Amino acid sequence: MILGLSIGPEYYLALSALLFTIGAGGLLIRRNPLVMFMCIELMLNAANLAFISFGKEMGDLGGQLSVLFVLVVAAAEVVIGLAIVVAVMRRRPKASVDEVSVLRG
Amino acid sequence: MTSLVWLIPGFPLIGFTLLLIFGRRLGEPQAGWLATATVSGSFLSALAVFFGLATKPPEERVYEVTLFEWIPSGELSVGMGFLADPLSIAMALFVTGVGALIHMYAIGYMHGDPKFSKFFLYLNLFVFAMLMLVLGDNLLITFLGWEGVGACSYFLISFWHEEPANATAGKKAFVTNRVGDWGFMVAMFLLFFNIGSLKYSDIFSSVIEADALTQTTATGIVVMLFIGAAGKSAQFPLYLWLPDAMAGPTPVSALIHAATMVTSGVYLLTRMNPVLAEAAGWSTDLIWIVGLFTALFAATAAVAQNDIKKVLAYSTVSQLGFMFVAVGSGLYVAAIFHMITHAFFKALLFLGAGSVIHGMHHEQDMRKYGALRKAMPITAFTFIIGWLAIAGIPPFSGFWSKDEVLLAAWNENKIAWVMLLAAAVMTAFYMSRLVFMTFFGEKRWGTSEEEAHDNETEKHEITPHESPVVMWLPLVLLSGLAAIAGLLNLPFSHDTKHLEKWLEPILFGNEVHVNASGQTKWLLAVIAIIGASVGVIAAIFVYLKNRVATSKIEHAILEDAWRFDSTVSSFMDGPGRRSFEATTWFDQNIIDGAVNGVGKITQRVSTRLRSTQTGLIRSYALGMVIGAVAIIAYFVSRMGF
Repeated sequence: MILGLSIGPEYYLALSALLFTIGAGGLLIRRNPLVMFMCIELMLNAANLAFISFGKEMGDLGGQLSVLFVLVVAAAEVVIGLAIVVAVMRRRPKASVDEVSVLRG
Repeated sequence: MTSLVWLIPGFPLIGFTLLLIFGRRLGEPQAGWLATATVSGSFLSALAVFFGLATKPPEERVYEVTLFEWIPSGELSVGMGFLADPLSIAMALFVTGVGALIHMYAIGYMHGDPKFSKFFLYLNLFVFAMLMLVLGDNLLITFLGWEGVGACSYFLISFWHEEPANATAGKKAFVTNRVGDWGFMVAMFLLFFNIGSLKYSDIFSSVIEADALTQTTATGIVVMLFIGAAGKSAQFPLYLWLPDAMAGPTPVSALIHAATMVTSGVYLLTRMNPVLAEAAGWSTDLIWIVGLFTALFAATAAVAQNDIKKVLAYSTVSQLGFMFVAVGSGLYVAAIFHMITHAFFKALLFLGAGSVIHGMHHEQDMRKYGALRKAMPITAFTFIIGWLAIAGIPPFSGFWSKDEVLLAAWNENKIAWVMLLAAAVMTAFYMSRLVFMTFFGEKRWGTSEEEAHDNETEKHEITPHESPVVMWLPLVLLSGLAAIAGLLNLPFSHDTKHLEKWLEPILFGNEVHVNASGQTKWLLAVIAIIGASVGVIAAIFVYLKNRVATSKIEHAILEDAWRFDSTVSSFMDGPGRRSFEATTWFDQNIIDGAVNGVGKITQRVSTRLRSTQTGLIRSYALGMVIGAVAIIAYFVSRMGF
């Protein structure tokens, strides 16, 4: 508004889609577990952004509520995920995720 | 008084528990005395309950005690309840009374047996189960006891299971009884389906007052109950197990296979008399016809047996047939009367036979007996009383009860009466044969020494001896009962028919009254006495005076009981075994094959699918992405873009 530009929801959604794609692409391409983690967080936050913008657009509190849930779940997930990553890295420093494949069938 | 009812089965249960824990430590003979004491205790409490009932007016003579709810399940509610009424207390009295005497006898008989305390453990468990059968206030408790006595019978027949033949006899009894149990169970299902309760009082009130059963349903129930009763009470064709059951120790034969368990079929049918009355028609005819046939059939087989216990076993089958004739004709009092007198004299005869076997060092072949009355005077004297009672010589008890049963047959059919009289004459004949071969004539037990000499086997001198006091005291008491038990129901006037008056409340007016004048009854009784005398006199000619060669009477086919047993066995071993094998094959290949096949298919498919689990996180992520894209593509395409 300040610059005379009206930023509609489509901008937020486009940003959200962009962030999500970056996250998904990073997850597929990178091999460092920590970076992959960050990519997952990026995807989660892209989803959060979509929630917020839809919520605002539709005047529904549910969007914000969902974001709070996602944040809590993401925090919990990080606690467990990081613990696993740290445990793996302690045994095999500089390991890439492709080398940690002992759970194959 | 009400509280005493549960003590009747409670005492043997306590005895069983104590023997289970301390039996080995108690050892011989304390374990035996403990078991005897518990059964005596339950006899005393039964006596107390009996007097409690007797002081009440006839229509109020019933105690019902429910200890706890046993099976609460929807509409089915079964209580652990006891019913003490004239019928069950009469049964309980003779079961515990005769049972206590047999327990005492067994202390002497089982002397020196390595499993002495175990024997009494089983005996007490048996008495407990038998009392549950008798005193249960619903069919399921009765069934519990029914199966319990069956299991104890199995344990005790194969008590000396080191001999393969004894173990086989136990199995035979168990399997044959299962056929009957099937009938009992189907009858219970039908009753519950139609009435919604298994409690006797509910069944009777809904049958009598609400007319809850149609005649067809009642007929079905009666036939099924009769199959159950025929299995337990050894009626044709399910009698096969009883002669083999003689493999057990003799006190077991006396207690289980003569006095108590085998009469439970008669008890069950008498108990269910309202249903029998509702069914009437061919189902009750079937009962007396099968009973009549069994009585005659088993009597012919008993004539040619040489094993002293086998004679008594076939005699028991035959006498049970008499009871079924009475039940089928609707003369329940006669059936119960004969059951009680039979319990006295047949227990006496079995215990006497046991005493002889004991004295003759476990020789059971009567051809090796003879002239034993001098060696064992008390056994001989009491045995002779039992013989006169079963032969139907007045004034001993068997005459009175058998006369009532003969009247039942007369009432039903004149030909049936003639056939049953023939069975009674044969009873007198084969029992006289047994007595003469065992206690009279020439001694044949000295000769076995020469045979032993030829074979150079052990050459022990056979010296028959009188049994110890714990064994002859029960014999004396039982012979007293066998002699005077006729007093229970003398037919002279209504006042002397104590048993009939006593049982009246539980028969609901279903007792059939014999349609014959007083003179006819007298005439029939006189004919019965003449018949019994003919049987005895014929045996005197054959076995004491040796006027007729025994080979003319003891045909081999009679000894094999008309080869019925071997026919059934060979059928079961031939086509029967093949059909069982076919069933087994079907079970192992088709039924098990279907179950195992499902497992194998799952196993193979999952082995293939396992290779998709690479363990590579990024390939999983790729899968998720592809999946997500596919889902989005699906929704987008549905929106019509």
